[in-house]
Amino acid sequence: MALLQLENISKSFFGVEVLHGINLTLEKNTIVGLIGENGSGKSTTMNILGGVHQPDSGRMLIEGVPYAPASPRDALASGVSFIHQELNLFPNLSIEENLFIRGFPHLHWMLPVIDRKRIRARTKQLLDLVDLQVLPGTLVSRLSQGERQLVEIAKALSTDARIIIFDEPTTSLTRREIDRLFAIIDRLKTQQIGIIYISHILRDVLALADNISVLRDGSVVGAGHKSEYNIDRMISLMVGRSIKQLFPKRNAGSAGEPLLKVEGLTQPGVIRDVNFNIAKGEIMGLAGLMGAGRSETARIIFGLDPHKSGTIEVAGQKLENANPHAAMRAGIAFLTEDRRAEGLLMNAPIYDSEALPNLDTHSHPRTGWIDNSALASEAEKYSKRVQLNTTSIGSVLARNLSGGNQQKVVLAKWLMRNPRLFILDEPTRGVDIGAKAEIYRIINALVDEGCAVLMISSEMEELIGMCDRIAVMSNGEITGSFSRADFNQERILEAAMRPSRQEGGA
Amino acid sequence: MTGANRKQLLSLILRYVPLILFAILVFSFSMISPRFFAWKNMINIVIQSSHIGILGIGMTFVLLTAGIDLSVGAIMYLGCAMLAVYLVGLPVWMAMVIVCGIGMVFGAINGLLITRLHVAAFIATLATLFIGRGLALFVTGTQLLTLPQPILELGRSTILGLSWTIWAFGIVLAVSWFVLSQTSFGRQVYAIGADPDSAAKAGINVKRTLFYVYVICGLFAAIAAIVSGSQVGSISPNFALQKEFAAIAAAVLGGTSLFGGRGGVLGTVFGAILIQTVENGLVIVNADPYIYPMVIASIIFLAVMVDSLRTNFLERIDQRPIRIEGPN
Repeated sequence: MALLQLENISKSFFGVEVLHGINLTLEKNTIVGLIGENGSGKSTTMNILGGVHQPDSGRMLIEGVPYAPASPRDALASGVSFIHQELNLFPNLSIEENLFIRGFPHLHWMLPVIDRKRIRARTKQLLDLVDLQVLPGTLVSRLSQGERQLVEIAKALSTDARIIIFDEPTTSLTRREIDRLFAIIDRLKTQQIGIIYISHILRDVLALADNISVLRDGSVVGAGHKSEYNIDRMISLMVGRSIKQLFPKRNAGSAGEPLLKVEGLTQPGVIRDVNFNIAKGEIMGLAGLMGAGRSETARIIFGLDPHKSGTIEVAGQKLENANPHAAMRAGIAFLTEDRRAEGLLMNAPIYDSEALPNLDTHSHPRTGWIDNSALASEAEKYSKRVQLNTTSIGSVLARNLSGGNQQKVVLAKWLMRNPRLFILDEPTRGVDIGAKAEIYRIINALVDEGCAVLMISSEMEELIGMCDRIAVMSNGEITGSFSRADFNQERILEAAMRPSRQEGGA
Repeated sequence: MTGANRKQLLSLILRYVPLILFAILVFSFSMISPRFFAWKNMINIVIQSSHIGILGIGMTFVLLTAGIDLSVGAIMYLGCAMLAVYLVGLPVWMAMVIVCGIGMVFGAINGLLITRLHVAAFIATLATLFIGRGLALFVTGTQLLTLPQPILELGRSTILGLSWTIWAFGIVLAVSWFVLSQTSFGRQVYAIGADPDSAAKAGINVKRTLFYVYVICGLFAAIAAIVSGSQVGSISPNFALQKEFAAIAAAVLGGTSLFGGRGGVLGTVFGAILIQTVENGLVIVNADPYIYPMVIASIIFLAVMVDSLRTNFLERIDQRPIRIEGPN
């Protein structure tokens, strides 16, 4: 009997079905590698398994017994343990305390004093299991990322987990730490445990997993023994969908003088030697996996984060002291990844969000008084231009708008400044199809007027449909560059998963 | 490796700035006046710093959860006001229990406002600060009052040759240290301070723990009231005014972070003694009383600045890098 079985799991969010009848089988003493593009439904599936979400239909079985966790606690009690990309450790506590924070054993039931001896001995055992030779009393803040990962695994083992799910566990590890982790995972699987291993690093999945399941658009498009797979087949299964006819036709960008020139941009620990140009009237896409350094590059160009070396030039003018104010004056606009937290004043009327970046251009140069009537009419004008669908920008709160309309507000607030360079970070995330097409039209109109656009997106077909060129980032470096004539999903994805120069052939 | 060494050195320096400061102060005061470095004066400093120490220990519990309690000075005043006006005829032990009860009730109100009504700790305890002081002014009729005789005798009493104040200080310290480092409750306080969301995910009852933390802080404020009252003997409308800041300063000087999760009560004791040493030293070297607040303020500023630097520094170390630089 299978250790874990998912049968026909479906799930909808806000009326949109994101999982269409997922089936997955995990046997004891095996590792299932789960792969798929961003947004293919991996996280939703795992959140259902971990009790964060509940499925709309379908069922789960653990050793034949129905399993329906209502919360992460339930999942844990049933022996399902998660090791997330973001670790859940308290750096100010010791390893042993982290392992037992859920419930310390006490010296005596009447005296809530921690039984140090017992937790120390048990922690020692668990650390031996994951091959980590440090004292149980060591503070977690003193451990490296790799060692913390191992502590997280020890924590999973401490709850007598039968099913362990690893979600991108290697992103912050060095190659040596990764090898050590894999040796431990391999050893774990011989101990009556089933493991689900999720990763974008396909060669790791191929090396580690016994079976591989591929998700695409909320469906399982491939499942089988790893001998049936190679990296090419995995990639073509992951991306193999037709490009929707969402994208309006547009004249190709002029290959004129570059408007934005980025040279040798480097910030240790973030990005290394990033070079690219964008011409007037051109859209350049930035592709890559999550955490590849795309948004970080955008934030550095806009002056939100520092850079150690390299230059940023806008229309021949070097941006010297990097700060958002200088970037804005140079004509840069930045639509951020998270519009709720960074792009909008959610609890204020739409108008407030639109006015905020335009206060300086609508105030008296000496007294600083704001010309409210001019600002208001300008805001009205641009709200119409982006086809904002609302009754009144002066009274409707930003949080009451749909995702698409919220994004239009962010676009309008920046368009009011007549930007020369517009950085768009995931401009259509969480936006319905209709609004998507409208946002694409707005971007195209902007480009036709001569604006340069840097577009970051995790949706490959969006980049292919919109961009004149696509640069691909991996591990903080640009690992590939494609012009429109040789756009190819598989080659782009391959570049996104390519180890960077520094890691070499490791 | 040199980079790592430099980081370690920097964090070491940041950790021990208050200690270095303490050494410099003791040294300079001793140079200026031989009376300063006398055994008797040292004991005196410990006795005088007891109430700030006890207050600071309570504050440490709160700060460890990244909270704040501004009402402790008001609780002290109200506690002593009750002693002087309503609890006169009662046996000392009963009066003390009632004062402690008042402190716990105030702490409970703070805790409920913060955990149930989601009022920011700063605002909730600012409100109870004014309520507490207002009540105390009402009770005393804004007059200077002498505390009852038994309380004054308590202030002069000694056990095994040591002032009862030092015993109270020592017991509060020992119990607090034990609770924070050896019990589930204590470790959970640290976990909540580091990351309340993760703590909730780990199954810790965050609201209940926070509630108890404010009750403890209120209780210790009441104990500080008895200790301070028994030493001073009388209370004026300025009694314990702004003591909350001395308490916060003692905790922060002792290495407890305003951002939660880091520090402990042993450091707080040291911080309280440091503050009292400065005041004592200034008296002994005959400094102008008007410069006391400025000196104390400078020390508090320094402590908070070091705390901010240390927090930024630790955050940078803990940041998840996108790339791993250097050879693997």
